[in-house]
Amino acid sequence: MGSNHQLKDQGSIRSRVIGMRLFLIYVLLYIGFMGIVLFRPDVLSWRPLGGVNLAIVYGMGLIASAFVLALIYMIACRGRSPDA
Amino acid sequence: MLYDSSPVAIAIFASFVLGVVGLSFWLGRKGQSAKGYYAAHGEIHWFVNGIAFAGDYLSAASFLGICGMIAFYGYDGFLYSIGFLAGWIVALFVIAEPIKALGKFTFADALDARFNSRGIKFAVAISTLIVSVFYLIPQMVGAGHLIVPLLGLPHAVGVILVGVAVTLIVVTAGMVSTTWVQFIKGSLLVFFCSVLTIMILNRGLMLNAGRQGEENLHPQVQTVTPDGQVLVNGKPQTTENDLRSVGTIHKLPDRYGDARETGPLRPLQYLSTLEDSQVVTWSAKKQTDEKGVHTTFTPTIREGKDLLKPGGYFKGLSSGTLTDRLNFASLMLALFCGTASLPHILIRYYTVKDASAARKSTVVGIAAIGGFYVLTLYLGLGAMTSGYLDPTSSNMAAPLLAKSFSETLFAVISAIAFTTVLGTVSGLIMAGSGAVAHDLVENCFGFTMNDHEKVRAGKISAVVLGVAAMALGILFKNFNVSFLVGWAFHIAASANLPALVMLLFWPRTTKQGITAAVTVGMVSSLGWILLSADTFEKVYGLPRGDSPIPFSQPGLVTIPLGFLVLILVSLLTPRQEPRQVVDV
Repeated sequence: MGSNHQLKDQGSIRSRVIGMRLFLIYVLLYIGFMGIVLFRPDVLSWRPLGGVNLAIVYGMGLIASAFVLALIYMIACRGRSPDA
Repeated sequence: MLYDSSPVAIAIFASFVLGVVGLSFWLGRKGQSAKGYYAAHGEIHWFVNGIAFAGDYLSAASFLGICGMIAFYGYDGFLYSIGFLAGWIVALFVIAEPIKALGKFTFADALDARFNSRGIKFAVAISTLIVSVFYLIPQMVGAGHLIVPLLGLPHAVGVILVGVAVTLIVVTAGMVSTTWVQFIKGSLLVFFCSVLTIMILNRGLMLNAGRQGEENLHPQVQTVTPDGQVLVNGKPQTTENDLRSVGTIHKLPDRYGDARETGPLRPLQYLSTLEDSQVVTWSAKKQTDEKGVHTTFTPTIREGKDLLKPGGYFKGLSSGTLTDRLNFASLMLALFCGTASLPHILIRYYTVKDASAARKSTVVGIAAIGGFYVLTLYLGLGAMTSGYLDPTSSNMAAPLLAKSFSETLFAVISAIAFTTVLGTVSGLIMAGSGAVAHDLVENCFGFTMNDHEKVRAGKISAVVLGVAAMALGILFKNFNVSFLVGWAFHIAASANLPALVMLLFWPRTTKQGITAAVTVGMVSSLGWILLSADTFEKVYGLPRGDSPIPFSQPGLVTIPLGFLVLILVSLLTPRQEPRQVVDV
């Protein structure tokens, strides 16, 4: 019982550490987007993908990256956390 | 504009409302415990909870508001989509698992788990009620505004219909029925918006859609006389003399030569083609004199590449003034921090079995909500170029886009717009009833209740809140309420997030620190909003210059203030040994 609780605590701490790292990645992406919108809006007209401008590519990318990071988190926690 | 009521829309709406109310009675046929009423026994499957998150979160502001804003202003509406979705990252990585482990029925349970403090319970209950009411009013007013054109019924009938349906859903089986209604709504919304997007791409872009010749580019004037009569271009409004529907492609890219339409387009191709096109957009300007209120709608031919970058709605992004930039940064911060602080979202975490299920359901929620927000860009741009926009109402953009395809789809999307309101309002009423019955009456004022009485108190609170929601929906009918959802995010982020984050990550946090942070965050953000230039202009009708506040959106100041107050008060008060948290 005691070791099971210990395992659960360790799993919980590990998942929190993974979560914080992924959170930081997303925060940097989000701040990057806000920085461009606020201080270099001219860059957003650049068309990097299929004739679509950076404003849309970055915006869609933020939504997609949220899902990708969420999936990575779920998979990483499944391998580590005993309650998964 | 005048609308014909659609019997198909009425039939679909009635069958949906009867269906979900019937389902609620069926789910509520067994006796209930407090855990069943407030937390659906903690037995909801994580996938169902994930879709229910979408049903709870995707309010009328998301569906009708964002589509309308994109249709009228272009890319800036999509900034809301980005901000609303980003908040779920905070929910997943920071909040989901701890809140499941700490809480029982309400958000106050989680914040108070270590302390058993009446101060925390009271402050959090009040903050829950304020946030929920600010979120609730636009939903109810929106329901009334939708029912007038779609079903041909008076505004108050729409409000009462939604209020009665939601109250029945909540009092029959509490969180169980609320969850299933949100699950059904979330599924329908994502599915039919996907169908609509496929139809938009399949139709492609066309010149002067929805009309035989060129779009009439003459301005249109609508006048509301002092005795309430509506005139269009100086003559009484009738079905023959009504405002023209608007929103068309003026010029396709040169590569299409003389062709009037592009034919089917792939998702990226649709966006790049629109960037190279010219679009007719319409803006409104109001003037008041002794003959009434005159609204002049004026067309502008705009380059697609300008519509698909920021600055159409948030004018400051193109003008570059510091105040406007601060306003924008503050709004995006509040959207990022606010989602994970909304009580009606947080209580969904108590309906699943454990922390793992909480995590998985958030991932499903992010997939459904993120997918929907990607669709909003296509829905908004599709409406912008459909030729079916109502120049008087951006909220009608999505249903009218559906009408540009078929009356049946219009009826279905209209009915789904109502279900959007039902799902969100039932979540808000649940959160509010928990704050009143569980936090205030039972835990704060110390009324001892057995399990049966707890359920009854919750249901009585839900009825009272339902009646209050109907009254507010009717009372605020002529009020510009669209920005209240934004206020709710600022208040939630300022009052709740600092306390929640510090409780989880700073062991020195004290109960006085939490109470002070919630109170100061709530009062400062609310006070800032009430004194802001936006409120002066849109609510009080006073000049913007009279406002003593430098910029309107408070989050940039009041969220850090919440953290600062918590740290200072915690350091000034004695360290407290946490009480043992009983496994819930």
